[in-house]
Amino acid sequence: MTHLDELESQSIYLMREAFHGFEKPAMLWSMGKDSNVLLWLAKKAFCGHMPFPVVHIDTTYEFPEMLDFRVWAQKHYGFELIVWTNFEARERGIGYETTDPVTVTHELKTVALQQCLAAYGFDALITGIRRDEDSTRAKERYFSPRNAEFEWDYKDQPPEFWNHFTTESGPGEHVRVQPLLDWTEIDIWRYLDREKVPLPGMYFSRNGQRYRSLGCMPISKPVKSDAKTIDDIIEELKVTRVSERAGRAQDHHERNAMQKLRAKGFM
Amino acid sequence: MNALSEATLPASPAPAPAAPAAPPSVSNHLQLVVVGHVDHGKSTLIGRLLFDTHSVPDGKKERIEAASKAEGMEFEYAFLLDALLEEQAQNITMDTTRVPFRTAKRSFTIIDAPGHKEFLKNMITGAASADAAVLLVDALEGLREQTRRHCFLLSLLGLRQIVVAVNKMDKVDYRPEVFEAIRTELGEFLAKLGVEPAHFIPISAKHGEGLLKASDRMAWYHGPTLLEVLESFRANPPASGGPLRLSVQDVYRFDARRIIAGLIESGSVSVGDSIEFVPGGKRSRVKSIETWPQSDPPPRGPVGSGSEVAITLEDELFVERGQIGAPPGDKPYEARTFTARVFWIHDIPLRSGELIPLKLGTQQAEARVLGIQRTLDAVTLETGTGTTGEVKVHEVAEIRLRVRRPIAFDVGGKVPALGRFVLMRGRRIGGGGVIDSVVDEPPETRGTSPVSRSAILGHRGCIIWMTGLSGAGKSTLAQALEQRLLSSGILSAILDGDVLRTGLSRNLGFTADDRSENLRRATELAIHLADAGVVVIAALISPFRADRAMAAERAKERGVPFAEVFINASLAECERRDPKQLYKKARSGEIKQFTGIDSPYEAPLSPDLELRTDRLTVGESIEKLTEMALGLARPLEQAGLGAGADI
Repeated sequence: MTHLDELESQSIYLMREAFHGFEKPAMLWSMGKDSNVLLWLAKKAFCGHMPFPVVHIDTTYEFPEMLDFRVWAQKHYGFELIVWTNFEARERGIGYETTDPVTVTHELKTVALQQCLAAYGFDALITGIRRDEDSTRAKERYFSPRNAEFEWDYKDQPPEFWNHFTTESGPGEHVRVQPLLDWTEIDIWRYLDREKVPLPGMYFSRNGQRYRSLGCMPISKPVKSDAKTIDDIIEELKVTRVSERAGRAQDHHERNAMQKLRAKGFM
Repeated sequence: MNALSEATLPASPAPAPAAPAAPPSVSNHLQLVVVGHVDHGKSTLIGRLLFDTHSVPDGKKERIEAASKAEGMEFEYAFLLDALLEEQAQNITMDTTRVPFRTAKRSFTIIDAPGHKEFLKNMITGAASADAAVLLVDALEGLREQTRRHCFLLSLLGLRQIVVAVNKMDKVDYRPEVFEAIRTELGEFLAKLGVEPAHFIPISAKHGEGLLKASDRMAWYHGPTLLEVLESFRANPPASGGPLRLSVQDVYRFDARRIIAGLIESGSVSVGDSIEFVPGGKRSRVKSIETWPQSDPPPRGPVGSGSEVAITLEDELFVERGQIGAPPGDKPYEARTFTARVFWIHDIPLRSGELIPLKLGTQQAEARVLGIQRTLDAVTLETGTGTTGEVKVHEVAEIRLRVRRPIAFDVGGKVPALGRFVLMRGRRIGGGGVIDSVVDEPPETRGTSPVSRSAILGHRGCIIWMTGLSGAGKSTLAQALEQRLLSSGILSAILDGDVLRTGLSRNLGFTADDRSENLRRATELAIHLADAGVVVIAALISPFRADRAMAAERAKERGVPFAEVFINASLAECERRDPKQLYKKARSGEIKQFTGIDSPYEAPLSPDLELRTDRLTVGESIEKLTEMALGLARPLEQAGLGAGADI
């Protein structure tokens, strides 16, 4: 087995465990590259079916091209799509034009997710986070419990080994299932290449720029790049010393922003 | 659609991935755990390795530099890992961290396991998935408690590729004799555990000596550098040579197909293979291997170990999660009783006699802890003296387990993944274990005997007959015992004299005849309950030897285990306690024929257990009582009396 085979098998194992272990799981999808790998793996795990809904938390600051991809992908793959927006916060005037990015991220992503979870009663959320993205994500478990307030108790995480995980949650609580934890950014690209997974075009160079990590429009910045193919991107990543999420403003707004966001329930 | 991406949207489903030009046929990725005593320099070592191999993104290093500055501290390599606020404050790594890095030769994931004692669970979480381990020892401090403990757990987890790095050589002026002394001492300790490290290497993580290149300061050392050793380790090859073991995760019926999905723990699966599902023993052949996207022609295998697979069978079998697919000629054990070495990582100890959920592969079953043979001190490797009846947090023990229904497993490292299990404490893993041997069961109990109550309950009914003066402590102890038994999953019930008097015996008085009749009724009721599997705790004054002898005799006739327990406190003490103010009333003549005052109490001559409640604490009494009750409720076969009872 190649390393990619091992990662693929592990992710499929985790997804099948999640589907068996929980009553109402759902998968988070941002249309980004990791999300699309997640979708692809789910299709593999369930032999072409998608036995749980796919949730997109729409901040209303999405790139139009990503929204086009959302429409296309839903038709192409065929799954139940739930789009959720925290309209209440938008009506209160929360937005990048008026508010700091950490607050906006919390309101339009974390709180929106909370509302969606409460509305549908999901007890597990399958997410596409990876350990190499951020030092707080590096400490994550494959099955990571969140209490009813969405808080992550990162100081006292349950042990998990020998393929045994936390597959139960109490009322109001949920478990984050994170099948891509062990994948690196390069693994993702190699896999996208190997499997020919469809992707939004914004990851590839146009006019000397490309997006390495995609979030809300006002806070996602492209990087200088001439990488027009996945091979180009992989070559670029081998030599880059800029971290993947450097272009994501909310992470860097203040010291330990990611930790604060994540402790409160951000992905 | 064209607007989305010219380059990446395929016009049709992707074909099965063709072999790339020069593929690594086997994974060369190494999962590495770093263990050792707190403050022996794990985070510094990892930070330095990342830095020296140019694996640190610029953004990260700048962030840490800024953070160090904000804390008024000089930049430390350890900060590269210890990115959470609290950790920077305490300088202790808090949880398992996984960091990828690569060299020209291979890619690695470093799993940083903490050395702080209460975080042992994180170390196990990290080490259980590692291919190799770096064991760090501080040259100045030498072997410490956690050094030894981690050695022990590495051996139990089955890690065999270990390199010892003697760190902080700069602090001992790079003297070879310090290094040699540690090598000798640790080498001997590891040898007792059957572990032989690949190398001992003197290093200074802080100064980057001995990691990537040999150190000028230690010209006396002629062995490889740490990185050379790490690059030489094997990425653990899955046991592909062994027999097929397919752990069934689920059976999907999304459409007309009945798809069995699971993990190939060892061996391989091809279309046409005979396959038997244990426990159960139903057989069929593999009809298809299901994939998405579908390929043409459909795959026929073999799909090898470590892979997830989805298959259909030629016959419509009822297969379910937890079963193991295996070749009919080379199946795993299917049994209920086995011995195992376990490590315990939960604050609530594992108790002898308790019923606890066990998970092995995708199987789940309730297991009874039949006995704790011995606890091992992971630091001294000495066997615990005297059985405490429990395994406390961070202890290691040899235990005997019996599951309620047969499960499938392998022993002796044949298929490691199916020889190890976890025990659940609530939603959390309480501990893990490795099965050492199957315990033979008498033929009568090998699954062919009719289902008995004790097989369902995991224990047998019996009668604990507590006799003693009013106020001696019968009711208190009965209630405490009942709680202990119930919390261990043992069905128990109290038969209380006062309660009987308000119902079943309410037409009786306190003459000798009436007292005898009362006890006769109590005895028969207790026998019925015990027959149904209940551990009956009779709390009855029962003052006369003849009545108690009658009860014991009747129980014996009916084959119900019976124990007489004398709850003994002096009359003076009972009268002082007088919880129900009955002595007072008896002394004043308000009630007549009160035992101890104007009616005799005949103390047992040879009780099965005597508890001097005026000398023992309630806790001490309960311990003795529980131990006796567990012994009595244990099935015959386990009590060493031969076959006849299940579990």
